[in-house]
Amino acid sequence: MSLTAGETLNLRNARDVSRKELPVEALDLARWQFGITTVYHFMLVPLTIGLSTLVAIMQTAWVRTGNEKWLRLTKFYGKLLLINFALGVATGIVQEFQFGMNWSNYSRYVGDVFGAPLAMEALAAFFLESTFLGLWIFGWDRLSKKVHLATVWAFSIGSLMSAYFILAANSWMQHPVGAIYNEETGRAEMTDIWAVLTNNTTLVAFPHVIATAFLVAGTFVAGIGVWWMVKSVRANGDGPENTDASMYRTAARFGAVVMLIAGVGLLVTGDLQAKLMFKQQPIKMAAAEGLMNTEQPAAFSLLAIGNLAGNDPESVKHVLEIPGLTSYLATGDWDAPVTGINQLQEIYSERYGATTADGETIEYRPNLLVTYWSFRLMIGLAAFSAALALAILWVTRKKQVSGALWFKRLALVAIPMPFFASAFGWIFTEMGRQPFVVAPNPTGSDQILMMTMFGNSDSVSAGEVLTSMITFTVVYGVLGVFWFRLQKRYTSEGAPVIAPPPDDSDDEAGKPMSFAY
Amino acid sequence: MELATVWFILIAVLWTGYLVLEGFDFGVGMLMPVVGKNNTERRVALNTIGPVWDGNEVWLLTAGGATFAAFPEWYATMFSGFYLPLLLILVALIVRAVAIEYRAKINDPTWRKNWDRAIIITAWVPSILWGVAFANLVRGVPLDENHEFIGNFFTLLSPFALLGGAVTLLLFLTHGSIFLALKTDGIVRERAESLAKRFAPISLVVAAVWAIWAQLAYSEVVWTWVPLAIAAVGLALAWWFSLQGSFGKAFTANAVAIAGAVVLIFGSMFPDVMPASNDAANSLTVDNASSTDYTLTVMTWVACFLLPVILLYQGWTYWVFRKRISVKHIPEHNELTFSKD
Repeated sequence: MSLTAGETLNLRNARDVSRKELPVEALDLARWQFGITTVYHFMLVPLTIGLSTLVAIMQTAWVRTGNEKWLRLTKFYGKLLLINFALGVATGIVQEFQFGMNWSNYSRYVGDVFGAPLAMEALAAFFLESTFLGLWIFGWDRLSKKVHLATVWAFSIGSLMSAYFILAANSWMQHPVGAIYNEETGRAEMTDIWAVLTNNTTLVAFPHVIATAFLVAGTFVAGIGVWWMVKSVRANGDGPENTDASMYRTAARFGAVVMLIAGVGLLVTGDLQAKLMFKQQPIKMAAAEGLMNTEQPAAFSLLAIGNLAGNDPESVKHVLEIPGLTSYLATGDWDAPVTGINQLQEIYSERYGATTADGETIEYRPNLLVTYWSFRLMIGLAAFSAALALAILWVTRKKQVSGALWFKRLALVAIPMPFFASAFGWIFTEMGRQPFVVAPNPTGSDQILMMTMFGNSDSVSAGEVLTSMITFTVVYGVLGVFWFRLQKRYTSEGAPVIAPPPDDSDDEAGKPMSFAY
Repeated sequence: MELATVWFILIAVLWTGYLVLEGFDFGVGMLMPVVGKNNTERRVALNTIGPVWDGNEVWLLTAGGATFAAFPEWYATMFSGFYLPLLLILVALIVRAVAIEYRAKINDPTWRKNWDRAIIITAWVPSILWGVAFANLVRGVPLDENHEFIGNFFTLLSPFALLGGAVTLLLFLTHGSIFLALKTDGIVRERAESLAKRFAPISLVVAAVWAIWAQLAYSEVVWTWVPLAIAAVGLALAWWFSLQGSFGKAFTANAVAIAGAVVLIFGSMFPDVMPASNDAANSLTVDNASSTDYTLTVMTWVACFLLPVILLYQGWTYWVFRKRISVKHIPEHNELTFSKD
């Protein structure tokens, strides 16, 4: 006997609804907590991923050329990387634990599939990252130049691998593959790990997220490079004797090249991802476009007015649009029809059930205000990086340095923008998946899906979630202040001057450590 | 042997790795103000774990991830059931990571003093709470027929559980002082050596009381007397070797004792992974909490391939940083303060 999707969904609802009278509030709080802790964590992670690789490249340049400016830049940006990594790794622990703490029903349902990439992430990536970071920080005078260089690369590769595994896990929630639904155990069960790890959603999400990480880190390196170059030129002139200015110019141009490559990568992967998402979660993409009803061809909305906040599709009016662009983004054809939110609501209702077990209509439309605007902010905020990159390449062409104040200001404004763009990208993709925590795969099993409202922990009260939400928010807030003050202080200190190597006649065993806490 | 049982053992191995390694990290954190009477001496203590503490903590993340992958029901029930203790542990681990990294970033006594406090408190809290959590696993907790935890925070604070907290606390204090005796030189080493000699017997007595209580009240099998005996001999030897001044051997003995305790804990639960104290029918077992054979097979391959590699490079790290640290090895602080902001 095989159940239809609607029956499966309702079965699960029926099982849980009886115990769901109180925890509705706990559900909302658990969602807020996940949002707060995840967005915060993922403000830090792209910088770690991108900057660890860029610092590794700088150190490689030093080892290969012997040019001291690369060593100074390695140490300078390396310190900023460490300040960031500490908070990133600390807030990452919560990520792994809160699935069980706040989302135990979700964990029971997906654990057989979802747990594997998480465990692999710890085994393959976290150990590599953490162990080799320790070796890198403390190993400057203990390891040979080349082995020490290898440790920073191992750290960087670890952080990249960690992104792959966590995106494989997330992509399974966006587009479940390689699993079947087991009626007896009432959960999704893995049938093909290879399918899970090579989910096409992962294959486009990974390069997109990595490109984001390099945009964030490239902007960070370039922005700080520009800021210091301008400062140095204004203090010591733009002559060739100002080697500091020339060093920071190198950093700025290095960052700019990274930004441009990352930018192209983001466009290409973003386009691929959008085309895939139109197939895998059409309602998310229709919401991103504010496309209420099916259109042929569908225009791309630049500005929509009306009651997006009230999720009232009838009142939404588009005031600025580019004809045919949404059709093109969805399919590659400027004239293709694109299904609207209202039609998709009907299609979803028919396929996955119109009402819950207790008779409530299921709303398949995600929050329109959030999806529509977070999508636009993701794209729009990244433009600051593009502006900075082009400005750097133009202003610093032909070995020129610049002391222009506008340049310094542009750099300061641009630095935080890709962080926010990345955060809005995640808010879009996670909020756009609602009401599902595991969105159904249109070409896969209709039985593998879970609505967010059935995912949280039955045994955890609203008061407990509230306690932990407030605790994390306060702790993260306080630590965030320290993070910012240290980043600012260490940035304003500039690249360190490299001390001459210690006298060889020194007592080797009694030599102070090159780095110590 | 069934794969689910293999994974039950593997998770015990991961916890052993975590408790042996981060056990001395916590011990060093707790003892930092005792072995270090001034800033430089405290830095001697802190830098013994400096290059390795972060890698040590990954054993916890791996134990958590492996529990999720191999026993989703166990992961779900345990993490939602032990909600508030886990919250405290998480906050401690978060603040601790930042405190260790940020402490020396600014040359200001107040800044350092506050991060020192953070390092100390965030070592004490998990040292106690891990023991409380494990004692509750041994004792069992009330579960309903859907395996949901139906107790509250105070259910978790039974005398047996609190004594369990004292056990991990004392084990880690002993472990940390032995580690410091092994890794430092000069005045810090002297203090650590005398602390180790004092902690080891207390840890032996308290752990023995708890373990015998656990064995008599909660273990249904006889063979768990074996790891209990091994743990007791380990602790006794740790004391003996400390008195002899052989801290390398004392460290090994104490690590064996911690491993014995983990085997006792897991052995007394088996075949349950989370016994229900109210009704044995509601217990989570190796069978009803585990993932499918397919998932377990995949994870077994991954673990068998990666764990030896991890042990190799982590071991190498300890080799690279094998030298003792003393006051003369501690460099000057950098000049950075916030006043130039």
